Amino acid sequence: MYKNLTFKIYFFIIFLCFYKTSLAASTNIEYPSQDWSFSGIFGTFDKASAQRGFQVYREVCSGCHGMRLLSYRHLSGLGYNNEELKALSAQFEITDGPNDNGEPFVRPGRPSDTFVSPYPNEQAARAANGGAYPPDLSLIVKARADGANYLHALLSGYKDAPKDFNVPEGMYYNTYYPGKLIGMPQPIYEDGVEYADGTKATELQMSKDVTTFLAWASEPEMENRKRLGVTVISFLIVFSILAYFSMKQIWAPIKKKV
Amino acid sequence: MSKNKSKNSVVEWIDYRLPIFTFLNHELNEYPTPKNLNYFWNFGSLAGITLVVMIITGIVLSMNYTAHVDYAFDSVERIMRDVNHGWLLRYIHMNGASFFFIVVYIHIFRGLYYGSYKAPREILWILGVLILLLMMATAFMGYVLPWGQMSFWGATVITNLFSAVPLVGESIVTWLWGGFSVDNPTLNRFFSLHYLLPFLIVGLVILHLVALHRFGSNNPIGIDAKGKQDTIPFHPYYTIKDLFGLSVFATIFAAAVFFFPNFMGHPDNYIPANAMQTPAHIVPEWYFLPFYAILRAIPDKLGGVLFMFGAIAVLFILPWLDKSPIRSSQFRPIYKLFFWILVFDCILLGYLGAKPAEGIYVLLSRVATGYYFFHFIILLPLLPNIEKTRPLPISISKPILSSSSFSTAAAVREKK
Repeated sequence: MYKNLTFKIYFFIIFLCFYKTSLAASTNIEYPSQDWSFSGIFGTFDKASAQRGFQVYREVCSGCHGMRLLSYRHLSGLGYNNEELKALSAQFEITDGPNDNGEPFVRPGRPSDTFVSPYPNEQAARAANGGAYPPDLSLIVKARADGANYLHALLSGYKDAPKDFNVPEGMYYNTYYPGKLIGMPQPIYEDGVEYADGTKATELQMSKDVTTFLAWASEPEMENRKRLGVTVISFLIVFSILAYFSMKQIWAPIKKKV
Repeated sequence: MSKNKSKNSVVEWIDYRLPIFTFLNHELNEYPTPKNLNYFWNFGSLAGITLVVMIITGIVLSMNYTAHVDYAFDSVERIMRDVNHGWLLRYIHMNGASFFFIVVYIHIFRGLYYGSYKAPREILWILGVLILLLMMATAFMGYVLPWGQMSFWGATVITNLFSAVPLVGESIVTWLWGGFSVDNPTLNRFFSLHYLLPFLIVGLVILHLVALHRFGSNNPIGIDAKGKQDTIPFHPYYTIKDLFGLSVFATIFAAAVFFFPNFMGHPDNYIPANAMQTPAHIVPEWYFLPFYAILRAIPDKLGGVLFMFGAIAVLFILPWLDKSPIRSSQFRPIYKLFFWILVFDCILLGYLGAKPAEGIYVLLSRVATGYYFFHFIILLPLLPNIEKTRPLPISISKPILSSSSFSTAAAVREKK
């Protein structure tokens, strides 16, 4: 009976896995899977890579893409200390106000400020980008199926269009974008940034770094979450075993009557 | 407090005036329970505990949530990023909804397999179906609160269903929305009701327990306990068994919360709601997919809505549709076969609900919908006429005495 039940449950779990895979597969293209530092239940963010990714974001992406859910102080999660964050945020100009005269004024940024957006509103963003809206990147890895692999594939997916494929003015051919036509020109080129830590800025390196940074931005709690998870689950497994043997002992007289 | 009279005079003083301790002792300690319950009987207490977890996390989340179209999405992200352990609260609540449905669906299919809905437990069953309905309403409105793309479009699709009602449909939808589209008034009332309904569920759960304790639990062989030799006190036997079940459940739940928190969600819900941009595929949460498949299987809008609600409504009259006096399918070979076909049918409907309504999927949805209703409306009433049932054991403890096996259920199985 118990063997049979275990088998059924096992079968059911296997089935569920396929079930979910088939659900996911119904809407997605397959993206080449990368070896991310943050995947798996013990995965952590490669801090050096994420810091380089932040540099790529600052120097390349932030020209068009905002990250309105992040504040400069959040970057402490990437290993920056308070002094560095004060210096970093002070490089940005923040429009604050009103002051005592009722006027808005400009001041240097503070760690508590949210990331400065490149455009004041969606209309301005669209007007500057030929009608396309560069999405906010705060949650981009969580907001796309298989987000990290998708971003990496997208950033390296710019190819010459096939001869019979008509690419309209202001659009670009990308093998991984749904419909293959994207409003964003290829953002990443070799040596597009000069890395502060001296790493060679190849296209692959930059796209990996910026994806790691954006994965962190989507789930800044991830390392804490997984670490706490290992503790909690270890406890629960031990507790389950204790509960199981307590149950066996308590039930022994009932079973013995047989 | 008849048997173990309390030594504590304060307890005795209170109990004489308000017999709360007598009540607890009677219902949780000495409450006679069939001795042969298997692990499927764990899911009732698991559902109750999940409800409590949902209410506690929900109350704390609502302290940090803002029910306004301009702030809802950002307030949820603030919970995720800035509130101490806010991510934990939200992921427990979010995955808790899925696990609540997993537990309740298993609980319901347990009831179907062992005939727990049959006399004299009809009201117990009906209360359970009411709880399911309220759970669905609560889960649906809760999914709207983060105000992501799927929240918004899911709310739009589901509320629009009511426009299928003849004559007053459009007025009903406007009334539900509090305006002419899903907007701030809709979000506000959904938040209010999402906070209210769980407490109504608690009320129904209490009635569910009162009805349960009237005749006690059903059991795997489905015959009534015939005396003291068939039952054991709830405590410590089933308290420890429920505790073990809970710890296994909590382990799986924790694995989802800590390692795969977004596995059962949709990535589009991390995109803020946008009324100007419809997602490529609007899909409800997985626990609604079978009903969604039924809705889309019917070519007519009103018909689809009626069949979808009918899929639940048919459960209300199930105790009278199933005319067989035998409860447990262990003694009903044909029903047992059809039970598993029904399980497969429901999973198939769930699969089809996630697929686009085109090609072979439409045909399959219709067949699966047809089978669902065939099972309840035609098969169950007619089955007793043709089914040759197996002989029932004399009592719950009888098969144990006559067998050398340690496990009651195994003993029953061997008898076949």
